[in-house]
Amino acid sequence: MQSSSRTFVRARAYESGNLIMAGVELTLGHYLAVSAALFTIGVFGIFVNRKNIIVILMSIELILLSVNINLVAFSVFNGTIMGQVFAMIVLTVAAAEAAVGLAILVVYFRNRGEIAVEDVNVLHG
Amino acid sequence: MALIAFYILSTIVVLSALFVVAARNPVHSVLWLILAFFTSAGLLVLIGAEFLAMLLVVVYVGAVAVLFLFVVMMLDIDFVALKQGFQNYLVVGALIALALLAEIGIVAAAATFGGGETFNASPGAPTNAEALSRVLYTDYLLLFQMSGIVLLVAMMGAIVLTLRSRPSVKRQNIAEQTGRKRKDAVELKDVRPGQGL
Repeated sequence: MQSSSRTFVRARAYESGNLIMAGVELTLGHYLAVSAALFTIGVFGIFVNRKNIIVILMSIELILLSVNINLVAFSVFNGTIMGQVFAMIVLTVAAAEAAVGLAILVVYFRNRGEIAVEDVNVLHG
Repeated sequence: MALIAFYILSTIVVLSALFVVAARNPVHSVLWLILAFFTSAGLLVLIGAEFLAMLLVVVYVGAVAVLFLFVVMMLDIDFVALKQGFQNYLVVGALIALALLAEIGIVAAAATFGGGETFNASPGAPTNAEALSRVLYTDYLLLFQMSGIVLLVAMMGAIVLTLRSRPSVKRQNIAEQTGRKRKDAVELKDVRPGQGL
């Protein structure tokens, strides 16, 4: 456990010359913009497709993807590797969430024969 | 060069994400989702996070998206009825999305123009996968093991949820099979000649 603790291993990146093009270079802001757009589209999708739970789950996947892009971009541009470790954990949780969510969906469909989630109140008892 | 690639890839990501949300047929949504995952993997390669990019393709495209496709095709759903309220929610959803985007934009602008810092690769730096594995199996060992447990629990949960026992289907009961004794199965009959049982 002694090995590389507390020393932040630098993420390998491009040589800085590669990133420069006509005075403009690829910055953290670019990636944050894409991530913000993806996140917004995901939230938008949840609100628009209120009836279709499959598309809601896909929107959640989009949101998690934007989170991952954010984490990796910060990790690379700050020169620390932890962001990518956390992105892996987010990936794991996203996969688990998709599996359990779709399983619940299959069971729900089996019981009711439809997946309209707007009037799901069977859990009220 | 990298910037051109970035703009192409990010345009594709954002457009395909929009199509995921807006497509009428969920099968098309899943296919657009796969395109979004692939192109965002390209975005990650662009900044040197190769391992995460590979993981994104393997986990998201290989497992999650295919799972979605499987479920969408397995469930026989009237998709036209599901799209009924689309117009009603469009305005509310768009307003919320715009507010959210504006907030994120303000924060991002404040962070970006407050003094940007770009990275420089030091010579002899380890590759992305090597750098990741150096911390993943030492500093973050507990986190790594716990994510394995999360996956195990998710797998068991999915199996328990979707498993059903149908009485009409004959299944193999291994305990009953191996617990069979000789006296239950074999019977000695004294058969007389010419008479049969």
